[in-house]
Amino acid sequence: MLVSITVGTVDISVSDALSALTGNSVNTQTHTILFDIRLPRILLAITVGAVLASTGAVMQGLFRNPLADPSLIGVSSGASVGASLMIVTAGGFIQSGALLGLSLVAVGAFLGGFAATLLVYRLATSGIGTSVTTMLLAGIAIGALAGALNSLLSYFSDNDMLRQISLWQMGNLSGASWTKVTIMGAVALLLIWLFPRESKALNALLLGESEARHLGIDVQRVKRRLIVLTALGVGVSVALAGLVGFVGLIMPHIVRLAIGPDHRWLVPASALAGATLLVIADSLARIVVIPAELPTGILTALLGAPFFVALLLQQRRDV
Amino acid sequence: MSLLADHISLHLAGFDLLRNISLQVEAGKVTAIVGPNGAGKSSLLKVLTGEMAPTQGQVYLNNRLLQHWSLLDKAQLLAVLPQHTMLNFPFTADEVVGLGRIPHKTGLSKDREIITEALDLVDASYLQKRLYTQMSGGEKQRVQLARVLTQIWQASHLGDQFLVLDEPTSAFDLSHQKLTLDIVRQLADKAVGVIMVVHDLNLAARCADNLVVFDGGVIAAQGSPEAVLTEALIDKVFGVKSIIAQHPVTKRPLVIT
Repeated sequence: MLVSITVGTVDISVSDALSALTGNSVNTQTHTILFDIRLPRILLAITVGAVLASTGAVMQGLFRNPLADPSLIGVSSGASVGASLMIVTAGGFIQSGALLGLSLVAVGAFLGGFAATLLVYRLATSGIGTSVTTMLLAGIAIGALAGALNSLLSYFSDNDMLRQISLWQMGNLSGASWTKVTIMGAVALLLIWLFPRESKALNALLLGESEARHLGIDVQRVKRRLIVLTALGVGVSVALAGLVGFVGLIMPHIVRLAIGPDHRWLVPASALAGATLLVIADSLARIVVIPAELPTGILTALLGAPFFVALLLQQRRDV
Repeated sequence: MSLLADHISLHLAGFDLLRNISLQVEAGKVTAIVGPNGAGKSSLLKVLTGEMAPTQGQVYLNNRLLQHWSLLDKAQLLAVLPQHTMLNFPFTADEVVGLGRIPHKTGLSKDREIITEALDLVDASYLQKRLYTQMSGGEKQRVQLARVLTQIWQASHLGDQFLVLDEPTSAFDLSHQKLTLDIVRQLADKAVGVIMVVHDLNLAARCADNLVVFDGGVIAAQGSPEAVLTEALIDKVFGVKSIIAQHPVTKRPLVIT
């Protein structure tokens, strides 16, 4: 994090950064860059990374499928449509119509994500409970529908909008502000506080739903809680940082390879690993094409994928 | 006290899976269920454990309607070993067995002790730190057996405990089949009521206090193995000619086909 704060288009020395952080005076430009740009951005990276990776771990447990990721419940694709819709319909307002420092795009993304999750959950819930298999399929269907809507919106948008849409879909932390950090931080704390309560239930769920019930777990309640928390966490993350891929799918996977599938450790460790990856990726995003910046989402995959492949190869050798 | 099915019927998707079944699983006794494939054995277990609600009739656990027990209290009295468990996450054996302690609040050190003892009991101590996903079918089944044993390891102040086993020995070699029967007998001696579905009639005859023969969703016969196992019944239910002899050592009936 300390290194991360020093890198970027404007170089700031470690000593300057340290003295500024400990309250000593530095020149105003440095101060502005540190406190108004870099620090919120790093904190946003930490919280978004933690939320995406921990919800990923939770979804993989809930679906008993190591290939599940938070987007499976429709939240990312819904958010994507919501964001595109805002960009296309309200293009003019986006710059001016800031609402509480949050852009309309973020609100659209959040609402879109929540609506899609609700739809997927409703589709999969019947009198006898929520079927995760149906949810998986409904998530894919809604995802496809959202993809089509997105393409449709892209088709009707001009070049400028198109660029905004695709930049948003690559995920970007450059719009970080203290307002965003506060919202994201609150959500991250809520998840970190509530997820551990369900970790034993998630462990039992890996055996199967009826086995978990025989162990005294109210499976339907656990499912509902975890889906709501995930939709909230991912919805807010996507709203504030766009689609940052890879973190939610692969980080829990990597952590599981390292420490095993026990959710009491897996969920917090994934959060930590996700936060770390996103801070590193975002730091690199700021420096690889100085003076411009790359969208963070590109870097997470570029960094994470080779690491993951290396882990897989190593695991294959061990067996 | 008992686990009691009172005039149970189960209709599902136009089929009568169970018709007017009454069955009492007594604490301290071993009840074995045999019958052809599709006779309703597993359906009965699902109804007895509350996984499926019967279309008609009621299930009572220790004289109280099954659905009136809280999930957590029920889990302390009723442990269920399914036929297959789809666990494909790399837990170690002791982690899997430890899941059986979820309904209990006995603390980490006591739980560890119980987990070690349970693994030892099912001859799986050597598996303790091995990954579940890398075990053989028989090893997995022993680990799962240990898991449900830890769930009812200590007597409960809530009442008599019951163990439900769906084909517990299907993946076991001879020595582990015998081991399972010994464990079941020990549990019954500790006042646990055991109900198990088995396919091997001789295995059932050897361990059962009450032998229940299912056929087409109804109970064709129940009682002591000596009373139930007749050549006529086996011909009627399974369509197989047989001779009933007596086991020279255990004196239990021996079905020769």
